[in-house]
Amino acid sequence: MKVFNVTKPGFFTTVQDLGRYGYLKYGVPISGAMDAFSLAAANVLVRNKPGDAGLEITLIGPELLVLTKVQVAITGAAVSPKIDGQDVPMWQTLNLEERDVVSFSRMESGCRVYITVRGGIEAPLVLGSRSTYVRGEFGGINGRQLRTGDIVEGFEAEPLDALYKMPEELVPKFTHRFQVQAVLGPQADMFTEEGIDTFFSSEYRVTPEADRMGYRLEGPLIEHKGKADIVSDALLHGSVQVPKNGKPIVIMRDAQTTGGYPKIAVIVTPDVSLLGQAKPNDVIEFSEVTVSQAQERLREYSRLFNGLNRMLVKAV
Amino acid sequence: MGTGKYTSGRYLPFGDSALLVEFGDTIDLDVNRKVIALSKAILKARIQGVEELVPTYRSLLIRYDLAKIGYKQLVLRVKDIESELKESKLEAVRRIVVPVVYGGQYGPDLSYVAQFHGLTEEQVIQIHSGREYRVYMLGFVAGFPYLGEVADEIATARLETPRLKVAAGSVGIAEKQTGIYPCEAPGGWQIIGRTHLRLFNPQMDPPALLKPGDSVEFQQVSEKEYKKIEEAILNGTSGAFWKE
Repeated sequence: MKVFNVTKPGFFTTVQDLGRYGYLKYGVPISGAMDAFSLAAANVLVRNKPGDAGLEITLIGPELLVLTKVQVAITGAAVSPKIDGQDVPMWQTLNLEERDVVSFSRMESGCRVYITVRGGIEAPLVLGSRSTYVRGEFGGINGRQLRTGDIVEGFEAEPLDALYKMPEELVPKFTHRFQVQAVLGPQADMFTEEGIDTFFSSEYRVTPEADRMGYRLEGPLIEHKGKADIVSDALLHGSVQVPKNGKPIVIMRDAQTTGGYPKIAVIVTPDVSLLGQAKPNDVIEFSEVTVSQAQERLREYSRLFNGLNRMLVKAV
Repeated sequence: MGTGKYTSGRYLPFGDSALLVEFGDTIDLDVNRKVIALSKAILKARIQGVEELVPTYRSLLIRYDLAKIGYKQLVLRVKDIESELKESKLEAVRRIVVPVVYGGQYGPDLSYVAQFHGLTEEQVIQIHSGREYRVYMLGFVAGFPYLGEVADEIATARLETPRLKVAAGSVGIAEKQTGIYPCEAPGGWQIIGRTHLRLFNPQMDPPALLKPGDSVEFQQVSEKEYKKIEEAILNGTSGAFWKE
């Protein structure tokens, strides 16, 4: 089912689901929505599965010509989406008609917006996922970002009788400041005590070198005990590497699967999703948690994530 | 730190959903054998909640589902499995022969490597193709194998300035490692040759030709043979370069 004709592609728009798990040992990154929570929310708002594929829009939104009557939801960074120039709400089910034009204003804070369609976006399953991995040129629509003239397809699904919205208290509010929790290790013992203190007590600014692979940060330098290289081992999104220059790098979803810099800490899962909204010049502050504290937060987050579909309220 | 090989695994938390088991901090055959052996043993034990295993040079990353197994419980299970690993030097390995055309436009750094070591290009080729390499891990880009170890006589540091583009199939050397670029990518390895083998195909499962623990041998082919094979692949008359 043809859903959208892409009349303007935006800055960087790709198809993403919750990721391609199980292939790290072959060097295949996990990919998937940078802000997994917002994608899952957009999906349940059209009564899809949380992990169905949607469009991930970065910084500057696309313009989409609607090709069929369809229900959609828009979540993520605050963006004032418009249908035929009229503002429409985010975080709720929207009815679109054939020939409507969907457009987006500037993102005030945060940098990624998700749009899902009832039934889910159709793209071939590659290694179990529809996520686009642009560097590897596979997944999504021909393994690349959307271009003008692309047709976005969706799976057929019965339209919903009711429209839903996310209760206000569950809608995340993104600012230019991100407070994230992280577990020390696995190579924290390669840093001096001072270095670790610096990491957990300083503000780090996201540099322009920030994309789906990771964010280079600027801020007080983190001191290594001695050498700043390790024999490469595995990376996961959320790992924080510190190369010799003392400036941390946050690994995100399209990063290479192995790395040769020591990892000072790993960010807790819910905060990795939150950081999916960080953009150049935003500030990140790290605080230390133990594994059991991190897992308590993850449990709470998983309960919320898996229970989203029961928390929606009817939109009037 | 700095001890090379550990007598037993170091168990390190990796955030809220993974565990890292380190066997050393060096590139070493015994260390990597332990990594692969533990990986296989965990797969065999079918521990509920273990989602994914990522073997690397010297460690094994275990991603798990907290809803099914806790950190402490997982550490105990894996320690049990580690303690029962047999000290067997005999692994069942797959052997894969990789045809390579060396030098010229296919291996622009072959002459540098030869000069640097005071060897002829032919000698470098003989040394490079004259031994078996182990796939220590895959990484860098999808399907890229890190192979070791390169003989000291031809081990060469990376380029001072990495290339923006290295052709798919390029065979390179970086210190005591050798590797094959599965796709065009930026890179700083000394490129000495090229293979037509397709190392990565996301439409296949598994998507990579090689896996950690495999054994690889390079076999020199002439430019003429290489071109013949390339043509056959383009014509679709030969695609049999994918085997599991």
